[in-house]
Amino acid sequence: MSESKQALANFQAEVHAWMKENVPADPGFLLPLSFLEVGTEQQLDFLREWQHKVWSAGYLGMHWPTEYGGQGADPAYQAIVDRELSRFNAPILFNTIGLNWVGPLLLDIGTYAEKAKYIKPLLSGEEIWCQGFSEPDHGSDLGSVQTRAVRDGDDYVVNGSKIWTTLGNFADHMILLARTTPNTERKYDGLSFFLAPMRIPGVEAVPIRKVTGEYGFNQIFFTDARIPADTMMMEEGQGWRVAMKTLEYERGVSAGQASGHWMVSIQIDDAISELREFERDGAPLFDDPSVRDQTVQLVMDAKAMALSRKRQSIPALTSDYPMGLPLSSKYRGTEYARRMKLFAAAMQGAHSGLYVGDEQAHRGGFWQRAYFSNFGATIGGGTTEVQANIIAEHVLGLPK
Amino acid sequence: MKSVLGDLSLTFSEEQAMLLDVARGFVRDKAPMDAVREQLESDSGFDSAVWQEMVSLGWTGIALPESHGGSGLGLGAVVPVVEALGHGFLGTPLVNTTLAGQLLWRAGGEESEALIEAIAAGEVATVAYLDGGDWGAENHAVTLTDSGLLKGKKRFVGDAKVASLYVVVCNRGGDPALAVVRQQDLSSAAFSEHTLVDLTKRAATIDFTDVRPHWLSVGGAVADAVRDYRLLGALLCAAEATGSAARSLETIVDYLKTRKQFGKLIGSYQALKHPAVDIYCGVENARSFVYHGASLIDDGSLSTDAEVACRMAKAEAGELMAYAGDRAVQFHGGIGFTWDCDSTLFIRRGQWSRQAFGDAIHHRKQLARLLLD
Repeated sequence: MSESKQALANFQAEVHAWMKENVPADPGFLLPLSFLEVGTEQQLDFLREWQHKVWSAGYLGMHWPTEYGGQGADPAYQAIVDRELSRFNAPILFNTIGLNWVGPLLLDIGTYAEKAKYIKPLLSGEEIWCQGFSEPDHGSDLGSVQTRAVRDGDDYVVNGSKIWTTLGNFADHMILLARTTPNTERKYDGLSFFLAPMRIPGVEAVPIRKVTGEYGFNQIFFTDARIPADTMMMEEGQGWRVAMKTLEYERGVSAGQASGHWMVSIQIDDAISELREFERDGAPLFDDPSVRDQTVQLVMDAKAMALSRKRQSIPALTSDYPMGLPLSSKYRGTEYARRMKLFAAAMQGAHSGLYVGDEQAHRGGFWQRAYFSNFGATIGGGTTEVQANIIAEHVLGLPK
Repeated sequence: MKSVLGDLSLTFSEEQAMLLDVARGFVRDKAPMDAVREQLESDSGFDSAVWQEMVSLGWTGIALPESHGGSGLGLGAVVPVVEALGHGFLGTPLVNTTLAGQLLWRAGGEESEALIEAIAAGEVATVAYLDGGDWGAENHAVTLTDSGLLKGKKRFVGDAKVASLYVVVCNRGGDPALAVVRQQDLSSAAFSEHTLVDLTKRAATIDFTDVRPHWLSVGGAVADAVRDYRLLGALLCAAEATGSAARSLETIVDYLKTRKQFGKLIGSYQALKHPAVDIYCGVENARSFVYHGASLIDDGSLSTDAEVACRMAKAEAGELMAYAGDRAVQFHGGIGFTWDCDSTLFIRRGQWSRQAFGDAIHHRKQLARLLLD
């Protein structure tokens, strides 16, 4: 074993022991399945404390520079931590927009002052970030952003509204895409990108209740909110470029995220082992031929994705459609997850009819909630239908 | 806890990559669709000159040991070749000959030396396996009687008319056995040819009654070898179907990109676009399963992981090809319903691939046993 391999193995043992000691027990209230679902102060406090603990132990942003609160280590170390977090089913590191989108963005193209000001507090959990891209009338069509930012002295005065703003009601800062110049020849040229403060007059967050009954999204209203001009990243009119860069981190096209642990891992193995306690027609559930067949189909779907991820690194086996596997991974992955969770929720007999809050609900209604919640993934970040169009047009070359 | 996803090996050697490249080029040059179509209603279903070239490229010996005239690359190296043949819809006896070689090699070992050498050198062989229509049955109803003669029929014997060696799965005193019969031992009355849904393939029912086999294998290795034959057959059938589905997808996409209706390219309609995407994703899944299977098989008796891989590959690719063929006809509209449109080959291949070596329901049933019990 080479020395670095040995070092990584030692490190894994260390992290493993730390997790054993420090991963919190079930707090007795519902925890979010992903960073999209932080709805209550109770959840927020719990998750903030957990993130702070992980960071204090030196296990968050390990590959980020020490002067900004990281460890200056090889990314392999963070990957080990992430694997252990997932293995222990640890609570999520909830400040995801800060950790995985804003942090890498600032490290990539931020000024020294921006890095020094923002990165450490987002790692420690002290300052929470949200993203202000989508608007009520423009879903994912970012080029059409209408929220206005008008220069007035040392400030920009912001008016308009953003929607689906995850963590918006708790956030200290927003990465804000706003229109500084109306009626430009190309609509993208009128946009600018701000690291906007949220706790100022004229910014109001209205939480949105979801199918699950929980909160997590917000609509944000800006009414003559004054944000300092020096919170703009790059120059006026360069907002589109910065936003696109941000999306590279958001979509995982570029690496550098502080931690991949932003959602609770839910696997087909969990579904199978839990469903073993259920019966159907007076016999164990998995004696039923139809249930067996459907289960195998789900296992195959999961396995096909895992194998395809592996095949992705073999150029001779991907040359027919070089971008096909990465461009279709959201389409396959999120739809598979929806079907798998639905299956687990639906195979519980009469218990399928119970929801979170019922004492007798299996695992507190976990699967019903997980199924509902999964629509965040099949709709957010480009719906399944839009994904299918993207694959059709960019992989198969079909016309728009 | 061990994940139900099990082994996730997927490797691709330089030899496999080279064979994929060479086979794709060969199919493109030697068997364009026009040439394939010329053979659809011929006796053998293939051009013997093309077959001879395949033999001279050494393809019949890829998986057979070097000591017996093969290349010793293992069956995993045949997979890319078969995928390429599937892409070209080139029907030749390569798959049946390869499987016959595998069955003999795995059951008989050294004793089968001369037969294996003949197969590696290009003698056309095939396995006579099915008693009836059930891929999941035992299929050794043909009996080797005490007088040393066979009794009974085998159905759906692939490439029956062009083969000169038949490996007959049978029983002796109730135990599984393999008997090798040569074509000259069979009268023409022993053959009744099938009309197959796939126009590139040929098969017949053969009556082996009163034929004295040239060679016999009995004993413990036979049952395992027969099981492995079915799994390897499923894998090669999946590889072929995957290639065919990829070709169907390309043809569909070409049509959607050029055909205009109501003033628009029909490929701009989501009702056509999205199923095309699902075929595409199916091709990616099937390829991953097929090369996963190719990574797990070796010359030894197949492991449980390999069995799972072969069954998954077949379940995925068979259904995929059936869907791709079905949609190919529909999406080509009126022209797709005609004999001259390649969709005819696609839908027929789909119906063939779905059943060969067991359909998806069969394999998923076996997978449930392997994964859930």
